[in-house]
Amino acid sequence: MADYDFTLPALGADMERATIIEWRVASGDHVERGDIVAIIDTEKSEIELEIWHGGTVREILVDAGEEVPVGAVLARLTGVDDLLGALASSAPSRGPAEASARRPPRGAIVRSPLVRHLAEERGIDLEAVQGTGPGGLVTRRDVDVASAEQQRRAAVVLASPRARRLADERGVALAGLTGTGPAGAILAADVPRSTSSPGRTPAMVRADSMRRTLAALMARSKREIPHYYLAQEIDMSAAMEWLGGTNAERPPAERLLPVALLLKATATAAARHREFNGFWIEDHLEVSEKVHLGVAVALRSGGLVAPAILDAEDKPVTVLMSELRDLVARARAGRLRGAEMSSPTITVTSLGDRGPDLVHGVIYPPQVALVGFGRIIARPMVLDGAVVARPVVTATLAGDHRATDGDRGARMLATIDRVLQSPEDLEDRP
Amino acid sequence: MNDTQARATVLDCISAVAPDAPVDDLGGSDELSVVLEIDSMDLLNIVVAIHDRCGVDIPERDYGKLATLDDFTAYLVTHAAV
Repeated sequence: MADYDFTLPALGADMERATIIEWRVASGDHVERGDIVAIIDTEKSEIELEIWHGGTVREILVDAGEEVPVGAVLARLTGVDDLLGALASSAPSRGPAEASARRPPRGAIVRSPLVRHLAEERGIDLEAVQGTGPGGLVTRRDVDVASAEQQRRAAVVLASPRARRLADERGVALAGLTGTGPAGAILAADVPRSTSSPGRTPAMVRADSMRRTLAALMARSKREIPHYYLAQEIDMSAAMEWLGGTNAERPPAERLLPVALLLKATATAAARHREFNGFWIEDHLEVSEKVHLGVAVALRSGGLVAPAILDAEDKPVTVLMSELRDLVARARAGRLRGAEMSSPTITVTSLGDRGPDLVHGVIYPPQVALVGFGRIIARPMVLDGAVVARPVVTATLAGDHRATDGDRGARMLATIDRVLQSPEDLEDRP
Repeated sequence: MNDTQARATVLDCISAVAPDAPVDDLGGSDELSVVLEIDSMDLLNIVVAIHDRCGVDIPERDYGKLATLDDFTAYLVTHAAV
């Protein structure tokens, strides 16, 4: 059981202040996690304000009608059970706005030397701490909470087995490293040579600058592009069967990977649904005449590049495959061409046979769509009323809602599906 | 092709495909996909490299048997002409 200061969250990155219109609770009331406790007025709209900890309201500090800044303490609660548990299991009803609400608007405000000292002692980055004190002030309890959260996270460090082994050999603590893999997982390239000399390789330095560039681009994408997302499960039986038969007759150098079929299907669909193939410039869509298919390639050093296969819609799948092999090899060697880097008109991300079931991508600005493929995996499907195991892939579309809408997007995905049902046609020009 | 030659050939091919992978400390029974982060594209490139170097054409249906350095070595010993 603990006390808890209920503060005004930032409901959206641009919210700075709000006015309390009315309280739905009074001193002495018991509240449950998720209860609406007040109605507030922001510049944009009135908002029903939920509380994320259950407990008893001891004191209400801001009267209805008062305007206060984000981070101001609105009420004090007592008898709050399991503060940490509530934080850790914050998932279900927290949308993006709520997630951003956990971050103070402009860095952390710390006045107490004791708090600063405590944070330093425990290796807490104060900039990352959500202050719950008046005006977003970071209190001693905030540091306690952050410290406990850090310990909880440190107990489950995500790392590839190779990274674990390297870290073990080199005497490096995994918990202290920054991962660049999926979900922040630590990859081999993230493990420094030794603790005394970081020994950063050129590839790691390049990965760092790549990460910074990508960070700026992805932040811009999420800031400017109103994404919408669609997903469709595609039966890959025909495609895999054709692929197996085709590869059996070919020498290794001419064999196809399933991803080549997915790329070809996407290029074909982009050529038919031109509104997904182009750029959003200022206030309008500029459709590209050609499909230059961007392919997201993960580098072993931890970076990510998305160069293009040029004129992908004109190329048979075998040509696409050999260009993909060449592109991936050169991307990993760091030898890409300017045209490949600057020209993609739509991008595909496919996280491979060991990847997740589906991926909701982030559009590369100024492009207007990104198609994602999860791994191909046997799943139960209903065919003619019977459940049968089929290889399926989940295709997703992240679309720019300024350029297209869900109805158009559904047609785009349907075309990808249809094309994959006639894989033999992928060898022909459309 | 004896075991030593086969092992050296496979290691050469892996190094060529993944120059930044630490093949020197690769154990015979380590899974390549896990320890070296070898993906399906890398695997295909290794199969191509083996075909180029010693003419052994590993059909796709056999990929599933080839998870480790030992697997590849044994496969080459059995299937290489000389």
